[in-house]
Amino acid sequence: MQQIPIEHILFVSTALFFIGMYGLFTRRNMITMLMSIELILNSVNINFVAFNKYLFPGKLDGIFFTIFIITVAAAEAAITIAIIINLYRTHKSIDVEDATELKY
Amino acid sequence: MLSNFFLLMKHELIIAVILFLLVIIKLGKERDQAGLLSLVNVLLLINLVAGLLFNKEGSLFNDMFRNSSLAALQKNMLNLGTLIISLQSYGWLKRHAHALEFYMLLLSTLLGMFFMISSGNLMMFYLGLELSTIPLAAMANFDLEKRRSSEAAMKFIISSAFSSGLLLFGISLVYGTTGTLNFAEMSPLLNGSPLQIFAFILLVSGFAFKISVVPFHLWTADVYEGAPVAVTSYLSVISKGAVLFVFVSVLYTVFKPLAGSWYNMLYLLSVLTIIIGNLFAIRQNNIKRFLAFSSIAQVGFILVGITGSSLEGSSSVIYFILIYIFSNLAAFGVVSVVSDVTGREAISDYKGFYKTNPVLTWILTIALFSLAGVPPTAGFFGKLFLLMSGAGTGNYVLVTIAALNMVISLYYYLRIVKIMFMDENENPMARVPIPVLPQLAMGICILGIISTGFIRPLYDYIYSLGIGF
Repeated sequence: MQQIPIEHILFVSTALFFIGMYGLFTRRNMITMLMSIELILNSVNINFVAFNKYLFPGKLDGIFFTIFIITVAAAEAAITIAIIINLYRTHKSIDVEDATELKY
Repeated sequence: MLSNFFLLMKHELIIAVILFLLVIIKLGKERDQAGLLSLVNVLLLINLVAGLLFNKEGSLFNDMFRNSSLAALQKNMLNLGTLIISLQSYGWLKRHAHALEFYMLLLSTLLGMFFMISSGNLMMFYLGLELSTIPLAAMANFDLEKRRSSEAAMKFIISSAFSSGLLLFGISLVYGTTGTLNFAEMSPLLNGSPLQIFAFILLVSGFAFKISVVPFHLWTADVYEGAPVAVTSYLSVISKGAVLFVFVSVLYTVFKPLAGSWYNMLYLLSVLTIIIGNLFAIRQNNIKRFLAFSSIAQVGFILVGITGSSLEGSSSVIYFILIYIFSNLAAFGVVSVVSDVTGREAISDYKGFYKTNPVLTWILTIALFSLAGVPPTAGFFGKLFLLMSGAGTGNYVLVTIAALNMVISLYYYLRIVKIMFMDENENPMARVPIPVLPQLAMGICILGIISTGFIRPLYDYIYSLGIGF
């Protein structure tokens, strides 16, 4: 069976990384920004798994790292959502454009 | 074997034990707030003293965790800074309903920094970094009902999550090109191929976010202004110091083969950081924002020292951070006492401050002199060694730019001194009472500022532990 070449997988992961970056810079809703960050982290996960499978099949470093990234991302999302809820309580909005008290 | 394990992980284990103790106290019956705070401060003092004793070098967990005399010294410095901040925030925490939770978050970030300093592997490094930033975002939001606090926390968590995303992408590419995550095995495999340079740029930008180097500094002032003063001082001194320690050791040992490329990056970044930090510090009206930009400029000077890439490079950076802990925390101590009692943080509120609060004025003045680098204070020696290290590579353009910027920084530090001593004000701030524990903290800071520059064995000791090539 023919394998998918690693270049294709790396292309997908890099594209996902920059899509996440683009989303983070253009979206103004906190939840969508959080989703963009998750996209960035997932692109890293794809990278790690692909490198581990194609280039270093004897080791498990990449797979382990992926598991830790998923766990840490969950913790990060929990804290971010708590902060978003508090932002909603104080500002009645989760649009970053409405949080304008701190400038320059 | 087992005693080996306990001695090597001593710093981390003590923090973990204190954390569990705090959880148990929190679960128990209601207690007197003042007594609890004193108990926590005593625990932190024990932590500091225990950190100084029985140090051992070695590695654990298949080289994932390494302890050395240098790492122990850095951890002790962070312990000292945390104790000072804890003493200073006594007045604020005493009235806060969630003082114990504050300490839990604080100590978990400290634990993360310890693991980060001792990491011998990129995965351990990443986990330590995340453990030291995620609770910090919760701490920035600690005044839950304040609008500014929640805005600051939002900005902090988004930018730190993005920066760790960049860092992780860099790590994944480093893994792809070298096949290992271990620092010692990775170093010989770095050959400066374009993909590795790209990965390295991503890694450095992740670091630069955390230490707020200029193109990545935009979150700093907002977070510093919005967060409670105790958290601001923790962010500006301890968290920044820990990342700088790791940055220096990673650059000097792991990324040594790429020295040619990172030298130019650091050159550019330090020039930008010093100039922009200084220019923005001149126009600030809020004292916390002012200290934020001044700390950005200080990081620029530290980067000048790092470019030295010699033994002087690493030792001058560590020495400067020790002095920076004392001087910045003295300044933040005054700001925190004043903001706690009067709630005022604008620089113009400090007009005529000398008339009513001579002691606080003198403490702030000495701290600002030390930050500016005026000779009798330790700040002068710190800056001198940093610039000497930067001059060691023969790049006198960089050193000249840095020296000229020290003159600019003198202007804005002295402006505050002038406002406090000379400006007339019909109704200056009332006399601010200082509780005993913050007094103690300020005493330690002032003692540190005055004496650190003159204790030669201290610098010799740091120099003997330095790394460089």
